[in-house]
Amino acid sequence: MSYVPSTAEQRQEMLRTVGVQDYRGLYRDVPQQMLLDRPLDIPEGMSEFEVTRAMTAMAAKNVVFPTVLRGAGSYDHYIPAVVKSIPAKEEFLTAYTPYQAEMSQGVLQSIFEYQTMICELTGMEVSNASVYDGATAAAEAAAMCRDRKRRVTLISGAANPDVINTVRTYCYGTGDELKVVPAKDGRTDPDALRELLGDGVSAFIVQQPNFYGQLEDVEALGKLAHEAGAMYVMSCNPISLGILKTPRECGADVAVGEGQPLGMPMGFGGPYLGFMATTEKHMRKLPGRIVGETVDSKGERAYVLSLQAREQHIRREKASSNICSNEALCALTAGVYLATMGPGGLAEAAKQSMAKAHYLCSGLTAIEGVELVYKGDFFHEFVTTMPRRNEVLAELERAGILGGLPVEEGLLWCATEKVGKAELDRAIGIVKEVLAK
Amino acid sequence: MKLIFEKSVAGRHCDLLPKCDVEYVEVPAAFKRETAPALPELSEVDVARHYTELDHRVHGVNCGFYPLGSCTMKYNPRIDEDMAALPGFTGVHPLAPADTVKGCREVLDTAAKYLCEITGMDGMTFQPAAGAHGEFTGVLLIKQYHDKRGDKKRTKIIVPDSAHGTNPATAAMCGFEVVNIPSAPNGCVDLEALKSVLGDDTAGLMLTNPNTVGIFDENILEITRLVHEAGGLCYYDGANLNAVMGVVRPGDMGFDCIHMNLHKTFATPHGGGGPGACAVGCKEFLREFLPASVLMQGKGRLQVRAFAGNFLVVVRALTYLLTLGREGVPEAAQNAVLNANYLMQRIKGTFEPAFDRICMHEFVLDLSEFKKETGVSALDVAKSLIDYGMHPPTMYFPMIVHEALMLEPTETESKETLDWAADVFRKLYELGKTDPQYMHDAPHHAQIGRPDEVRAARQPILRWQKA
Repeated sequence: MSYVPSTAEQRQEMLRTVGVQDYRGLYRDVPQQMLLDRPLDIPEGMSEFEVTRAMTAMAAKNVVFPTVLRGAGSYDHYIPAVVKSIPAKEEFLTAYTPYQAEMSQGVLQSIFEYQTMICELTGMEVSNASVYDGATAAAEAAAMCRDRKRRVTLISGAANPDVINTVRTYCYGTGDELKVVPAKDGRTDPDALRELLGDGVSAFIVQQPNFYGQLEDVEALGKLAHEAGAMYVMSCNPISLGILKTPRECGADVAVGEGQPLGMPMGFGGPYLGFMATTEKHMRKLPGRIVGETVDSKGERAYVLSLQAREQHIRREKASSNICSNEALCALTAGVYLATMGPGGLAEAAKQSMAKAHYLCSGLTAIEGVELVYKGDFFHEFVTTMPRRNEVLAELERAGILGGLPVEEGLLWCATEKVGKAELDRAIGIVKEVLAK
Repeated sequence: MKLIFEKSVAGRHCDLLPKCDVEYVEVPAAFKRETAPALPELSEVDVARHYTELDHRVHGVNCGFYPLGSCTMKYNPRIDEDMAALPGFTGVHPLAPADTVKGCREVLDTAAKYLCEITGMDGMTFQPAAGAHGEFTGVLLIKQYHDKRGDKKRTKIIVPDSAHGTNPATAAMCGFEVVNIPSAPNGCVDLEALKSVLGDDTAGLMLTNPNTVGIFDENILEITRLVHEAGGLCYYDGANLNAVMGVVRPGDMGFDCIHMNLHKTFATPHGGGGPGACAVGCKEFLREFLPASVLMQGKGRLQVRAFAGNFLVVVRALTYLLTLGREGVPEAAQNAVLNANYLMQRIKGTFEPAFDRICMHEFVLDLSEFKKETGVSALDVAKSLIDYGMHPPTMYFPMIVHEALMLEPTETESKETLDWAADVFRKLYELGKTDPQYMHDAPHHAQIGRPDEVRAARQPILRWQKA
């Protein structure tokens, strides 16, 4: 089955029109010794039914935990039904990048609305149409902050390790330096930051809340960066922005983050959504697609891909980034999610995540031998010590609970609005039981 | 139509979350947001209708012919969506314990095995999220290879002038100097031009084959040999793999690494601009440089994004691969090539192909003569196609052809569709001669007239604001 609709007879007729005997005639430019002279070593094609069975069998080899107490860059929030059904619509799903505005107003407007929502969340003036994920968003932000003189990027050591390593990779690409600002007590050490800042530093990247769930003193860190002439980049959890100060209010020049919590499933890591927003001043340095409003030949409001002079298909090696395809359908998903939740619903998801994480934290740290490692204010993640860690996790798993992520200090826990008190009590009870043995 | 914000009614909302059954915690004042984000306030029916209205203003593959050259807009099988929506895949945390994600690993390993066989490569990663991201990943393999050998003078990447814009942009992101070489008159690599730039500063060559004018470069073995002799590596841009999969393998052409756009060749939907997914393959000697997530696999490697890539897109691609199987893969390629040649033959005699010879999966029309004669440009023809419900071909690319329209019909279009499309092109050819003004003014029956792009760039309005 190859989804080729033309019949054998039609194919023969078409070959005749083209003026070749058979398919080999179509490949006459290919050096003949290179043509594959054997069938591919992959299985024979399957019927739709058989494929369904094969794929379902693979899915069945995974464990889907009813209760997830793990985050670290991928979060198990509730996804409303309408947030699943709208992006599955065949037109949204099967369209390409909206190059032809006259037949793509739906995609363009949805991106324009998404850009507006991201600006609202972050307090920024300009958002792009998305990049691949939160890690690449941070890396792209580092690139957009560089100029001829300032080439060094600083990133907080309390940021997500995958984000740090991605930024490091992008810096390796351009041959620029990345320095990691050490953390102290689970938060960026301001003294260390002060020491590393200097004339050559283009930007400092901080994550809020950070990898350990801690709330960083983002305003003070931003001041330090600005005093040294560096740009300030904040990587934010978008759900937390329902209740936390915006990056703009905290002094950030660029706001980025992982948009997965806004309606995307964990999906073993993707597709996710990198969001990026900045101030009007830095608008033309922003990478990727941006949709703008204009008018059409009749003077009616219309939307187009705009500011394309920044992009690779025009600028080639001088482009601000090589990005072409982005995560448009995920941006649409985030838009639908934010429209469905509204300001109240988003704040409620954030408040409940925070409340449940704190409840879990109190319960766990009341158990003898379990200590809260970092004592600062936190949002919906926190680190505890955990004696007999593997046993505890195994026991939780048996009860259908994915426990905290093993990290150097112990376990990194997370709670979202999806977990109720009963589930949290059960998890706490299991930890208590294992440790009492 | 109205923006979603213009439909907002203060106080309206959807109630979707349970009551909070633990005590709320006060956000410390230093961190607290004082003004709520001005998100729209809507009921569920408002949301559903708004996005349905938007959806009606989108042209996807399922709406009609979409011969957008270089983008491989083939049909996206519905079963692939069903498989990607299985809770056994969507509900998996990327950092869940290894023994609970065996199914995900099987998906990645199986897809990697099949794609290695199809491309003649030895190792494969799915971490990159899109084609350009895959290019970045692949060229970083080349960079790491030279770096590890201490071969610091290799600072240049060679790119033909017919290449996709992402190629030079990628090379620049990897810190290389881009050396553009002109194409030969037949659109292929000019061997003399290549030889003249090769040297001990050559890090590698980035090449699409079949190239961006839809021609298989018959000198390919000579090209890769020359680059290797100079000590460089060969990177295969797999954007056009749909023409040759199962027929000839990039690994056998002499390429060292390759990227594949799963959202093109392997039929995953493009979603209005993404998410795509990309597989990057390499020969054995480059495997040690493939990227990996620190959180998933520990330290020691570079990585181009978080976690293992756009996994749910890989699920779709594997479903497609299993469906096609060993006969279906070459059958798809052969029919993609047949459809392109058939459509080119049917249009010929009106608009003329830039290269009048057997093409691969796509071909380029050169409208410069037609424009000279009638004043009607490639843009005018493209916009006129919209009135027929056909998505225009890629315009003004590759840059080596003036007034270019690049058509890629793909294998999933029937003879009837191709005949219809050829008739539309013929009609427009006649119309251009009799009523060029009508075509300058096209489209006439679309969602909007031609937008004022200059105004959009000069007076940027990039977000909605309350009046």
